[in-house]
Amino acid sequence: MEIKVEDMGAGVAVLRLDGKLNMVSAALFRDAVNSSVSEGLTRLSIDLKGVDFIDSSGLGALISGLKATRMAGGDLRIAAPTTQVQLVLQLTNMDRVLMAYEDAETAFAHG
Amino acid sequence: MARLVLLRIFSIATVILGLNYLAWRWVFSLNWHAWWIAVPLVVAETYSLIDVCLFGLTMWNARTRPAPPDAQAGLTVDVFITTYNEPVGLVVETARAAKGIRYPHTTWILDDGARVEMQDAAADLGVGYIKRSANWKNRPLHAKAGNLNNALMATDGEFLLILDADQVPRPEILDRTLGYFDDPKIALVQTPQIFGNVAPGDPLGGQAPLFYGPIQQGKDGWNSAFFCGSNAILRREALMQLGISRYVSELERAIQTALRGADRVLNQARRTTGARDPQVRLALAEVSRAIDQTRNELAAGASLGRATYQLQQHLSALSREMVANDIHLLKMDLEAIGEMRIDTDESWDVLIDVDQTVTALASRDLSPLGAIESVRVLLRSLDVDRDHEAQPLMPLATISVTEDMATSMRLHALGWRSAYHHELLAVGLAPEDLSAMFQQRLRWGQGTIQVLLKENPLVQPRLSIAQRLMYFATMWSYLGGFAAIVYFASPVVFLCFGILPVHTTAGAFFTRFVPFIIANQLLFYVAGRGISTWRGQQYSLALFPIWIRSITTAVENVVFRRPLGFVVTPKTRQGGTNQWKLIRPQLAVGIVLLVAACVGIIRLVMGFGQPLGTAVNLFWVVVDLAILSVVIPAVRYQGYQVEEVSA
Repeated sequence: MEIKVEDMGAGVAVLRLDGKLNMVSAALFRDAVNSSVSEGLTRLSIDLKGVDFIDSSGLGALISGLKATRMAGGDLRIAAPTTQVQLVLQLTNMDRVLMAYEDAETAFAHG
Repeated sequence: MARLVLLRIFSIATVILGLNYLAWRWVFSLNWHAWWIAVPLVVAETYSLIDVCLFGLTMWNARTRPAPPDAQAGLTVDVFITTYNEPVGLVVETARAAKGIRYPHTTWILDDGARVEMQDAAADLGVGYIKRSANWKNRPLHAKAGNLNNALMATDGEFLLILDADQVPRPEILDRTLGYFDDPKIALVQTPQIFGNVAPGDPLGGQAPLFYGPIQQGKDGWNSAFFCGSNAILRREALMQLGISRYVSELERAIQTALRGADRVLNQARRTTGARDPQVRLALAEVSRAIDQTRNELAAGASLGRATYQLQQHLSALSREMVANDIHLLKMDLEAIGEMRIDTDESWDVLIDVDQTVTALASRDLSPLGAIESVRVLLRSLDVDRDHEAQPLMPLATISVTEDMATSMRLHALGWRSAYHHELLAVGLAPEDLSAMFQQRLRWGQGTIQVLLKENPLVQPRLSIAQRLMYFATMWSYLGGFAAIVYFASPVVFLCFGILPVHTTAGAFFTRFVPFIIANQLLFYVAGRGISTWRGQQYSLALFPIWIRSITTAVENVVFRRPLGFVVTPKTRQGGTNQWKLIRPQLAVGIVLLVAACVGIIRLVMGFGQPLGTAVNLFWVVVDLAILSVVIPAVRYQGYQVEEVSA
């Protein structure tokens, strides 16, 4: 899994994920979220376009990221999930917690 | 009977005279000063002698079978018509004839093209229609073998008549052949493949009168008549037994291999960066323990089914435990977020049914154990469902693009018998242009060499020695392309440079060579019952570029796993492509031979050339050109015209 962080200004960052978000890569994702938050980037937009697979660990990492950003007064939003990711989100009702935005760049465009 | 005696006399004579000639060639007549041409030539001659010996062995038992008993009433038969991309009209014509077969049966069109028009045409005609089931999606299709294997699982007749899309059967085809199956050991009855669209003189060499006749009869005499893909009747029970025995042995091998390699896979996984995560380390340790337990169970004599079931149960429990842990943490996170109440969210109690969520996320497809790809593959291979294939049972061999030969060899190895029934019972369509014919021959060559490399008949312990040699004989004949090049090169070398690879006097050469070649041609003449085998002999040498390419591509495929680029032989004339391009190698060799002949004559006139050597080599140039000339009418051939019949 590869993660690219793009600082969009005003405390917003886009995290572009590429690969599988699973037990092996979940820790990497957590680290990326935590270091962004500690740099003051608390409004994180997660671009899932390149994620073709997610498991329970990956889902846990997304929610723990949500918790970390909320505690810092920000938010975590997801964008452009692939079919498999959408399926897992629906299967676990997590789509009610993490609403999917169409596009990572504009997830925070309206506040 | 008299014919068989003659065949045996000429077989023995050919082999003895051939050995006499070749021993002399190796021991007394090699020109070591020109070893670079002398050795290839003697090796090529050795190749040809082995080919002739195998032919002699084939002819030893070449009998015409007595008529079989009448077909018993009440047998159930499925007639399979295999198609991929042939025109619907052509398939319909075959299907209509198949429907008209007298013996009660069910006709099926096996459409690998999954065409709606084909399905509609089958419905209109009132015959069955089968396409690949959903299981084949994203799995290896195995071409025609896969098509037949798929249909075997969808039908239930005791016997199967297999027809290519262009092979129009006669109404009596089953009545004439089912009687052989009164012998409970007979698994296969092959009938000839004869083509109705071949012009007089057979410019493309479409008919194979020597093969569908004396050669198959000879193989039959050694219980090795083999399956040729079409116009054959097979016993389902034999195919199923083959499928099951292969399933068990391949499963056993796959599981043993996976278990042997498991430690290596797990150790590699432990060294990946992902394995620094404590959860991953824990999971790998658990998997390792589970696999050890499976090994112990198998060593203690547990069945594969039981041991792999226990393992998969163990793994799914482990997977569930890990998911439950993740979901537990996730739930705590959600509660913490909910307590912050910094927004207007409706409710955070989204995890209504934790149990159900865990079950869903612990399924085989979503299991966290799949996180390390190599481990995922390892664990999937430790099961009995052969998930990488569309169906566990593959009765038709999938190791080769000529599934027919490979399948009958395996049937013979299981102790089943085959019969060759020499009677015209279906009429097919031969390729109508050079490029289609080249594609067909290339595929035959590739498939045959694939079988040779993957399941060499010479080392199949359950085949008799004669059966091994009969299968090997066909494979050996496909190696002739290399010998052809040497045969073309050696007169060129002499005529241009005066180098004679054979160190001899005229008398010594002729007294050994001439008797051998006469016996050999007599053997062919008697074997062929006087029908001309010249066209076949021409093509076996003139197609040398095809034979060589089939070998190189098959070796690349088997050894380096490169795709062959499977081609279906077009049943209709293709046209369009420039056919002359296809025969460039033959034209080049022809020109080189002509130039060499001129040079040889000039050398002779100027006084350098030996008269006798020049005469003999000019004779070989004429023979070589006569052989190669077969491609000229072939390239000019405009396809089969119906008028030619009445002409």
